[in-house]
Amino acid sequence: MTKSIVICGVGGQGILVASDILSLAAMYSGFDAKKSEVHGMSQRGGDVISTVRYGEKVYSPLIGEGMADIILGFEKLEVLRNLSLLKPDGKVIVTDFRLDPLPVACGLDEYPDDVIGWIKKNVSDVHVVDAVKVAVELGNIRVTNVVMLGALSGHIPEIKKEAWEQAIRERVPQKYVDLNLTAFERGCNIS
Amino acid sequence: MKALLSGNEAVARGAWEGGVHVGCAYPGTPSTEIMEALSQYPEVYTEWSVNEKVSLEVASGASFAGARAMVAMKHVGLNVAADPLFSLSYIGATGGLVIVTCDDPGMHSSQNEQDNRHYARSAKVPLLEPSDSQEAKEFTRLAFEISEEFDTPVMVRLTTRISHSKSIVELGERKEVPVKEYVKDVKKRVILPAHARERHGFVEERMERLRKYAEEFPYNRIEEGDPELGIIADSVAYMYAKEVFPEASFLKLSMVWPFPRELVRRFASKVKKIIVVEENDPFIEEQVRLLGIEVTGKDKIPLVGELNPTRVAVCLGVKKEEELPKPELPHIPKRPPALCPGCPHTGVFNVIRKLKLIATGDIGCYTLGTLPPLNAMDTCVEMGASIGNAFGMQLVMKDDKLRKKVVAVIGDSTFFHSGITGLINLYYNRGITTVIILDNRTTAMTGHQDHPGTGKTAKGEKGREVDLVKLIKGIGIEHVYVVNPYDLKELTEVIKREIEREEPSVIIPRAPCVLLRRGEKFTPMRVIEDKCTGCRVCLKVGCPAISMRGDKARIDPFLCTGCTLCQQTCPFGAIEFVEEK
Ligand SMILES: Cc1ncc(C[n+]2csc(CCOP(=O)(O)OP(=O)(O)O)c2C)c(N)n1
Repeated sequence: MTKSIVICGVGGQGILVASDILSLAAMYSGFDAKKSEVHGMSQRGGDVISTVRYGEKVYSPLIGEGMADIILGFEKLEVLRNLSLLKPDGKVIVTDFRLDPLPVACGLDEYPDDVIGWIKKNVSDVHVVDAVKVAVELGNIRVTNVVMLGALSGHIPEIKKEAWEQAIRERVPQKYVDLNLTAFERGCNIS
Repeated sequence: MKALLSGNEAVARGAWEGGVHVGCAYPGTPSTEIMEALSQYPEVYTEWSVNEKVSLEVASGASFAGARAMVAMKHVGLNVAADPLFSLSYIGATGGLVIVTCDDPGMHSSQNEQDNRHYARSAKVPLLEPSDSQEAKEFTRLAFEISEEFDTPVMVRLTTRISHSKSIVELGERKEVPVKEYVKDVKKRVILPAHARERHGFVEERMERLRKYAEEFPYNRIEEGDPELGIIADSVAYMYAKEVFPEASFLKLSMVWPFPRELVRRFASKVKKIIVVEENDPFIEEQVRLLGIEVTGKDKIPLVGELNPTRVAVCLGVKKEEELPKPELPHIPKRPPALCPGCPHTGVFNVIRKLKLIATGDIGCYTLGTLPPLNAMDTCVEMGASIGNAFGMQLVMKDDKLRKKVVAVIGDSTFFHSGITGLINLYYNRGITTVIILDNRTTAMTGHQDHPGTGKTAKGEKGREVDLVKLIKGIGIEHVYVVNPYDLKELTEVIKREIEREEPSVIIPRAPCVLLRRGEKFTPMRVIEDKCTGCRVCLKVGCPAISMRGDKARIDPFLCTGCTLCQQTCPFGAIEFVEEK
């Protein structure tokens, strides 16, 4: 069976690094793996989504409506935006973090109230994790992405511990490896 | 050895394994990382060319002199390079010549959804289409061999989903290919009409030989399955169709041009019904129909936008629209991309808006100046268009006041790409346009590539730097002013003065892209709550670091770079620097 995971959030939150680590870890666990992402315009503070799929044999790198097993959200509004990608029995792992889009910041639009409530209204299997808080405790909000991967890891045990570690070592700059391994560990124990 | 590579990285790897000597490109999403990856290989000369046309000319020069050469560009880049492409089809290739084009169905970061398979057909060159990274690597390597064997440029077409998807690739080693000795051959390389007539005959005969090659090409393959349903698909659409119709028979097309018609006939004779699954135009579908074979295609599959497995399933009736998840949602505000906090473009657009100017625009990060709250751009057509557009508008505007409101706004990289010719045209034909060149010392939009104005090469080495001011003065334009884009007063004065002039002038707001200053420690600004009246004027600056908290403005200290634009805008003096501790 192919597993399909959507990672979504805002440009600058480390989404592409996170999906790289996840797909590398899947590859090191012996799976066929594919991921998709979009560059360019979308990175200037716009919404960003990356999709990862792994299994025996994967064809499409892209996930369409109703195909995702898991949505991993780095910003809660972005989970709502992508909710139609989730399977009816899919799962959401989200950090309770709000970033105002520019139209909201300028007072031209409004950020909806109770976003987590809206997610729960549509999805029965929701895990709210305070990854941003953990990252701030670790002294660097930028490792939120790897804390989130730690939180994800318990839900996909087919990806092995050593594979995660190998992927993190390969994908983050040398001097941040220890920090990221700690962030991952903290994420594992979060849920 | 296995690696997880993007399609773009795989193309670079394939070129390297295939012994490429020269790689040229002008950046453009989704193609940019091809040359970035290729420039990591020390055996290969790589360059950022000023535009796609020049890149193809340099690469074909290398091919004339016996080397293997590759160019890479986004789909619209090939419009710029189309002129040499059509001639090069006749001239052919001595060293292998490969042209990689990256199309963008869905327009993730492009102005149109053009389908560059049409170029292969009209320029009469072969086209290969990988459907994952492994194929991207293999096909690029093979393209050099096809090019030399058949004396032709070869096109490799990727799409955003091939370029920017990663999948597992089996790596190979580099095969060194010696540069052939240069042999003069004017009948081949000087396309005088007399020579070209002969070469055209050669081209038609070459395409027939290539068609036979395509019929046998192992990656054009029939996968036997259920004889009730046959699917013909190329590129990533093949992957989507495999998800949706795991049992069907497939004809996977990888060399789409010249069209392998016998293979298609053979496939058609084995299956009862045929569906062609492809993105963009009905390119394959029309070829199949020409054979008198009935197919389902664009009557069901959308012409507009990108496909995905769900879309394929729904439009072909495998899944019902009603079965798709329809979450119950509140109003979700859009999250459009925006100019970064501290962006040197922001101030210029504030002045343009305030002076109510008509700004013909161009392509780059600064196109975001179109969006609210800046609303400061009137047109954007293609790279370099701003200057000609402004001149053309002014030609026919009778009202002098209105005419003098027109300015052209163009980025530095875009100016070198194709703004220079527009400026010369304007000067020569007695235009009076004020041209604003936003000089942020880089090609920011596509991820900060160097260009002639920075004087650094694609390999990060020292090249020669073109002096913008000298260049423009050299044309004969006398009024050229370099200004500080963070000083609204200076900007306003200079722009006001220059638009009144009955002569052309160029204003160059110059400061490095704020993302190039990442290592710097910025002192942020803060709102003095007692002085803030909640008038929201600062929100109009268009800086993502400013928002309202209750009825007071607030500046995010982590995002703020201390550029002072908001301070200069605040009517109540309510913004100051945070004191350094
Ligand atoms: C023919 C063509 N080639 C490439 C591109 C991709 N592209 C869009 S804008 C741009 C460069 C922008 O650089 P610059 O003008 O310096 O503006 P900046 O983004 O730095 O503000 C590029 C390469 C394109 N749209 N069209």
